[in-house]
Amino acid sequence: MDLSYSEEQTLLAESVERYVRNDYDFEVRRRLAASDAGFGAEHWAAFARLGWLSIPFSEADGGLGADPVAIMILMERFGRGLVVEPWTPSVLLAGRLLAAGAQEPQRGQWLADLMAGKAQFAFAHGEPGGRYTLSHVAARAEPAAGGYALTGRKAVVHNAAAADPIIVSARTGGDTADRGGVSLFAVPRGAEGLTLRPYRTMDGLRAAEVALDGAAVGAEARIGPEGGAYPLVEEATDRAIAAVCAEAVGIMDVLRETTLEYLKTRKQFGRPLGSFQALQHRAVDMLIACEEARSLTLMATLSLDKPARERRRAVSAAKAHIGRAGRKVGQEAVQLHGGMGVTDELKVGHYFKRLTMIDTFFGDAAHHLDRFAADSA
Amino acid sequence: MNIDFSPADRAFREEARAFIAGALPPEIRRRVEGGLELGRDDYVRWHRILYEKGWAAPGWPVEHGGTGWSPIRRYIFDEEIAAAGAPRIMPFGVNMVGPVILAFGSAAQKARFLPRILSAEDWWCQGYSEPGAGSDLASLRTRAERDGDSYVVNGQKTWTTSAHWADWIFCLVRTDPGARRPQEGISFLLVDMRSPGIDVRPIVTIDGGHEVNDVFLEDVRVPAENLVGAENKGWTYAKYLLSFERAGIADVGRSKAQLARLKRIARAERVEGRPLAEDPRFRERTAALEIDLLALEYTELRALDRQAAGKEPGTEANVLKIRGTELQQHIAELTMEAIGPYANPYIPEALSDGWNEEPVGPDYAAAAAPRYFNWRKASIYGGSNEIQKGIVAKFVLGL
Repeated sequence: MDLSYSEEQTLLAESVERYVRNDYDFEVRRRLAASDAGFGAEHWAAFARLGWLSIPFSEADGGLGADPVAIMILMERFGRGLVVEPWTPSVLLAGRLLAAGAQEPQRGQWLADLMAGKAQFAFAHGEPGGRYTLSHVAARAEPAAGGYALTGRKAVVHNAAAADPIIVSARTGGDTADRGGVSLFAVPRGAEGLTLRPYRTMDGLRAAEVALDGAAVGAEARIGPEGGAYPLVEEATDRAIAAVCAEAVGIMDVLRETTLEYLKTRKQFGRPLGSFQALQHRAVDMLIACEEARSLTLMATLSLDKPARERRRAVSAAKAHIGRAGRKVGQEAVQLHGGMGVTDELKVGHYFKRLTMIDTFFGDAAHHLDRFAADSA
Repeated sequence: MNIDFSPADRAFREEARAFIAGALPPEIRRRVEGGLELGRDDYVRWHRILYEKGWAAPGWPVEHGGTGWSPIRRYIFDEEIAAAGAPRIMPFGVNMVGPVILAFGSAAQKARFLPRILSAEDWWCQGYSEPGAGSDLASLRTRAERDGDSYVVNGQKTWTTSAHWADWIFCLVRTDPGARRPQEGISFLLVDMRSPGIDVRPIVTIDGGHEVNDVFLEDVRVPAENLVGAENKGWTYAKYLLSFERAGIADVGRSKAQLARLKRIARAERVEGRPLAEDPRFRERTAALEIDLLALEYTELRALDRQAAGKEPGTEANVLKIRGTELQQHIAELTMEAIGPYANPYIPEALSDGWNEEPVGPDYAAAAAPRYFNWRKASIYGGSNEIQKGIVAKFVLGL
C-alpha cells in the first residue's frame, strides 16, 4: 500500500491548481456559465496544450496513458474551480467509448481531434422514463441500406450541442431493459433525423434532449460489438462516476473551507459564529463527511482496473456515500451562511448546485445503494 | 499509488491467520462469536498464548518484548484477531499504561512493570473518571498528598472497567490543588489494588452486565517511587495515553466481523418464509452501514499511510473515534432489530459460562439486545463524541 502521489502526479496536481488559481477564478467561471456556448474555447485549447485532453488515452493512441489516479487528481481540482468545460462527457465518457470500440480509420481521427481540442463528443444514453437503469435502452437501430436507422429519445445529454459525432446507444435486439442487444453508434451532428433541444442545466452546464427519427448511419459508425456493448457502457460510466466523485470531493472541500472562513469572520451577538458550540459540531460533521468522501473516492478510483464486480461495488459505494454526504455538506454550507447562502452573488450556491446535480449523474444515492447491495450479497 | 498490501504484508496476514486459527481455544472462539461473556481467565489465557508467540504487545519496541511491526502490520493483525473470533488484547496494560511507562517511566518502573504487563501477570485498570469529572476530566479531585516516602491518596474513581479483576490501577490524582490551571496540578500514579483503603464496588449497566466499577480510595499509601515522570505533569502523560487509546478505537476489524454476523443472522431470519436479508428496506440499511464501514476503513488506511510515511498521528484519531463508535452502535442496533421479538427475553445466565439449557428463540438471539444496550457506552467513553468534536473544532478547524 502506498497512497502518496508519484512525481508526475504531484506535477499534474500543481499544474491544475495553478491553472484554476490564475486563469479560472469564480468570476471567469460565472462568465463562462452565462455565455452562449457554456464553456470557454480558449480554456479548452489550453487544456489541449497542457495535455489534459490526452490523459486517459494510451500512448499507442497518442495519449499520456495515465492511470485513474491522474483523472482523480485532475477532477478534484476541476471541482475546486467549478470548471464548466465538458471534460467528463467529451473526453472521459465518449472518448473512452470511442477508444474502446470505434472502427478505424475514424477512430484514430476522432481521438487525434479530441486530444488536439479540435472536436468534442457526447454520450446519449439515458432516456425519458429510464431513470437510472443503465440497461434501459428503448431506442432502436433497424438495419437499413449500408447500415442502420436509429429511432428513439435520449434525455439530458450533456454537451450534445457541441458534439460531433454524438455517441448514441440503441437496441439491435432484446427487450427494453435487457443487457444483451445494446449497440452504440456514432451519429454525426448533421445527420438527417437527428434533432436537439438544447438547454442550460441548474448547475450552469449545457445539455439537450435528443430525438432520433430514423437517423441513418453507416455500418462503420457502429462502436463495439453489435448487441454486445453493455459491458463497455458499464465500464465507461463507472470510470465517469469515479471521476465525478473526485469532482464532488473538490467541491465539498471548497464549500467546507468557505463555510469555515465565514464562521470565523461573521459576528453576531458580539462574537464570531464559530464560537457557538452548536455550529462548531456541525463544522466538524462537514469535515468528517469530506474526509470520508475522499476515502471512498480513492477506493473507487483504485478499483477501476479490478474485476467488474469489485469495480462496480467500489464505485457504487463511493457514489451512494457522496450522494448523501454531498447533500449534507451542500445544505449545511448554505444554512451556515445564513441569508447570504441563498444568493446568486456568493459562490456557495453555485458549488451547492453542481454538487446536487452530480447526484443525478448515472445513478443517485438510492440507485447506487441498491447496486452496491446487489453486489455485496 | 496503490491500495493493495505488499506481498510481504500479505504473507504476514497468512501467517497471523494460520497462527490464530491454530492457537485460539475453540471454546473462547465460540463465546466471542456468540457475543457471550468472557471471564478474566479467558482473556489471560489468550493473552499468554500471544505472549508465548511474542505477539502480546505489537506496539511496543522490540527491546521491551514488542514485535517491531509497522502500523500496517498492526492493523492487519488486529483485523485477523477480530475476523478469527479472538478476544481483543485487554488494552489497559499493553496499550495504555505500558506506552506511558515506556515514554515517561523510570528505569526501575520499566524493569518492574513492563515484563509483567507483557506476560499478563498483572491486570491493569484505569483510574481517570470521577463522579464530578467526566468530560471535564481536568476537574478531578482525588487528592494525593506527599507524606515522607509515600503519597496518601483519598478520593473516588468511577467507570473503572475491570477494576474487580485488576492487580493495579493507574490513577490521575491532584497533587497541587493551588495550581494556576486545573491541568497543572495533576500527577500520574501507579497504585497496587491490594493496598489497604481501596474498596471496589460494582456498577451494573443497563444490559445487566458488570464491567465497570466505583473505586473508593481512603488513606491509601502509595510509595513515591510509583509516581510516573514528574509531579504535576500527569496531564501531559494522560493526553499522550489518550492518543493511543483513540487510535485503535475505530476497531474496523471487529465491526467487519460484527457486520458479517449481522448478515448471517439476516439470512437466517425469515419474513413470511423469505430471508430478512432480501427485504428491500433491510437490505438498503445494511448496505448503507457497509458503505459507512468502508469509508471508515479507508479513512483509517489513509491515516496509516501517513503514519508509515513518517508523519505524526494528528487529530484524525478523534474522527476515527467518533465514526468508529457510531458504526459499532449502528451495527449493534441493526442486529437487535434483525432478531425481532426475540430481543425481549432477558436471560442473563444464557450469556455466562456453563449455561447449557435450551435457548429461548434462535441461539444467536440472546446476546443481541444486551449488546445494543451495552454499546451505548461507546460514544461516551474515551472522551465522549461531543468532546472529540470539540477537540477537532479547536485544534483542526481553529474555531
